[in-house]
Amino acid sequence: MSDKDYIIIESGKAEQPFHYAVGMHGSKFFRELKDNRRFIGLKCPKCGKVFIPPRGVCGECFVEMNEWVEVGPNGVIGSFTILRYAFIDPETGQQKPIPYGYGFIKLDGADTLFQHYINIEDESKVKIGARVEAVFSKERKGSIRDIEYFRVVD
Amino acid sequence: MDKAAIIGVGMTSIEGNKVRDTFADMAWEAVNKALDDAGMNINDIDNVITTSNDFWDGRTISCMAVGDASGAAHKNVSCVEGDGTFGAFYGLTRALSGSYGTTLVTAHTKGSQSVSSLITNAAFDPIYERSLGMDMISACAMQANAYMNRTGITSEQLALVSVKNHGNAKKNPLSQMPLDITVNDVLKSEMISDPLHKLDCSPVSDACCAIIIANEERAAKHKGKPVWIKGVSFCSDAFFFGDRDLSRAPALEQAAKKAYAMAGIKNPMKEIDTAEVYDAFTYQELMWLEGLGLCADGESGRLLEKGEFAIDGRLPVNASGGLLSGHPVIAAGLIRIAEIVKQLRGEAGKYQTKNPKTGVAHGVNGLCGQSHCVWVLGKDK
Amino acid sequence: MAKRVAIVGTGQTFHKSHRPDVNGQELINEAVQAALKDADIKISDIDAIIIGNMDHFEGINYVDCWSIDGSGGFMKPVIKITTGGTTGCSVAIGGYHLVASGLFDRVLIIGWEKNSESDTTGAITTAFDPIWDRLVFAGAISGLAAEAQAYMARYGATEKDGARVSVRDRKHALNNPHAQLRKEITIDEVLASPMLADPIHLLDVCPRTDGAAAVIMASEDSAEKITSSPDWIWATSNRHSYSYLGDADYGRLTSMREASQDLFKKGGIKEPRKEIDVIELYQPYSFGGIIWIEDMGIIGPGEGPRYIGEGNTDMGGELPINPSGGVISCNPIGATGLIRCCEAAMQVMGKADQHQVPDVNFAVSTGFGGCWWTDMILHGKKKPGK
Repeated sequence: MSDKDYIIIESGKAEQPFHYAVGMHGSKFFRELKDNRRFIGLKCPKCGKVFIPPRGVCGECFVEMNEWVEVGPNGVIGSFTILRYAFIDPETGQQKPIPYGYGFIKLDGADTLFQHYINIEDESKVKIGARVEAVFSKERKGSIRDIEYFRVVD
Repeated sequence: MDKAAIIGVGMTSIEGNKVRDTFADMAWEAVNKALDDAGMNINDIDNVITTSNDFWDGRTISCMAVGDASGAAHKNVSCVEGDGTFGAFYGLTRALSGSYGTTLVTAHTKGSQSVSSLITNAAFDPIYERSLGMDMISACAMQANAYMNRTGITSEQLALVSVKNHGNAKKNPLSQMPLDITVNDVLKSEMISDPLHKLDCSPVSDACCAIIIANEERAAKHKGKPVWIKGVSFCSDAFFFGDRDLSRAPALEQAAKKAYAMAGIKNPMKEIDTAEVYDAFTYQELMWLEGLGLCADGESGRLLEKGEFAIDGRLPVNASGGLLSGHPVIAAGLIRIAEIVKQLRGEAGKYQTKNPKTGVAHGVNGLCGQSHCVWVLGKDK
Repeated sequence: MAKRVAIVGTGQTFHKSHRPDVNGQELINEAVQAALKDADIKISDIDAIIIGNMDHFEGINYVDCWSIDGSGGFMKPVIKITTGGTTGCSVAIGGYHLVASGLFDRVLIIGWEKNSESDTTGAITTAFDPIWDRLVFAGAISGLAAEAQAYMARYGATEKDGARVSVRDRKHALNNPHAQLRKEITIDEVLASPMLADPIHLLDVCPRTDGAAAVIMASEDSAEKITSSPDWIWATSNRHSYSYLGDADYGRLTSMREASQDLFKKGGIKEPRKEIDVIELYQPYSFGGIIWIEDMGIIGPGEGPRYIGEGNTDMGGELPINPSGGVISCNPIGATGLIRCCEAAMQVMGKADQHQVPDVNFAVSTGFGGCWWTDMILHGKKKPGK
């Protein structure tokens, strides 16, 4: 038999909806982002590293973190790429619009990198080490989409 | 088997919806409780096994969510997908392999975050079965019918399991569903899928459990009361229901037989003092007790009516309240192990059974008990 | 007593982009039968089975239970180990511990994937945190591209340096009948292929593959009875230290650095570049072939482009890497790490035919995946001391 003779069964529009708990740390982060357009991270009492996204535990030191510190909203590009290929976005089931700038941003005052879109209107400015600022969404609902993207500032 | 012991256990409360907690928050709580229980800190842990399931967690590589909170940074670590008893088994082999002296094992589930019937529907074969709309409850209802038809076990006897376990849960502060109910309440509760009423089914639950396994050398240095692993085995039946006799549990019988042989147990009915079995549905407690060889085939209902499985009975079963009182799917079997550890140490509080020396903990993977894992634990080395 | 452990048989499917002629269980069975044949034993000789894949690529929950007809697990202990891209190596590490524990004498280890059955990039994207990471992440390639960007910025490497690695692996694949892509490419062709995510071109990355692999491990009690040339497992190690993508040190694979230090310490390897004879590296894109062998301690930071450019890692070179053609030629994800283990075992056992490296005493196989995670195995011809 040739490949076209074999039967393939489509799963159809199988969906598995989830209700992801953001948790106490993330909830505080998103509330601050939504209400005050501020980024906050958690500082490890032992090693002093500031984590964003915030989480309860410093994995390195295995201690709980409670001290909130403000970080950003500006920072530098830690690394980046520009996505130029199409794929299915599992969040929407649709093809993701391309190209788009994908960046790991080192927010001022943070020790870990924060992922978000980078504006690529001028690709030549998008470089490791370039300074960026957050552009907030006009309507903010308390999610990662409250930030529209980061853009390079000269 | 070389000797190994469980030297620490910790678990969160079991709740219907821990909306404040992420997976990591739950793991952090359970792991620290286990470390405190063992009188250890994270540096005493040589390696880590987490147990999770990508479908239940709604994410590929579900173990990624709990690595930090389980203390896995800079350590050897792996992840078992399936019931916590299987995760613990892998953790045990790592402690026996000569590579590591101690293994921390965790298992977590947040049933509250997903639609359970869709998750369990995905366990059916995509080509032949899934579009029929089967899920765990409808499949288990078929198994309940097959088992009741073969053995003559009655709906009233099933209901009595629910009455007993929800009653036991009143004595367990970590339990989700302590209830004062009667057989009549169970039989009058909504019929979910014949013959299973709502109170024949376990609830949707969130929880995390952690245990610490040590090899003999490390267990010897432990200052608390180690609980010794006497025998462990697991076994899988065929996948397609049409290939199985759903009214029987041959995989459980084989796993139990091997675990007892390792433990040197000749007559489990006499030598096992307490059991925590995987009662996701009422009929399962009875069916698994028979499969475990803890009572004769078809006899469980009658013995239950005589009170033999009550906390003060001959063989207390699910003194903690069992899964009927809280069923965090992946953590469920690990909680069974932790509960037996508490019983053997004499630290089960109000649901402590009478001076048990040997206990059985049991976990299940797949649909209708396709795969079983049996742990025989002992107070004495 | 803890037991020494050896690989006594391996099996692989002939990996292809699409296998509509078999369902998942049948695909798994092909690899299982091949491994049993290689070891010349029967399924009844197998005491336990470990299986792994990534659930969302096929959309099947409880794969260990579903796959019984293919794995041969009927009325046997079957357990599933799954850690993402590292799965194939994690199941092998699992097999090692199951046998070393003394609880099982012969264990069958299976890794498989039918990547053709779903959108791979969409499925990989769901690997990351739904709240924080999923919005912008675009599957494996986006993260890898960010690593390559950082490495290039730090050490001045070029796209050409990456392309050289693809050229090597694709050339090696010509000698491996199991590889999916068996056509030689040039550096110019890599650079001219479509840009997927700067600086990664289409020919810098692995394909999507349907395939399965199986390995049989046995304790010292029976390994030498099964084969006269067992592949002894000297050590295993892994690190899964990051939980969020932004936690990594972009441009360096710290998990590889830590795991290889641990691995070589356990195995008594002091000078890896001299003592290791061949590496099967889970390297899903070209730059990984440069960056990660630096972190493995084979060469120093920034030395990769020159070392590889001079041909040291080609067949016939000082330290051949990926004689099989590697992941760039074939990537059935849940099987990929185990294929590396199979290939390393074949090299030690002298069974690699056309792509055999002469006189292999030590081989290393690795797994990569998750959030910049590494799994590793040290294979050896001699029986390890206690």
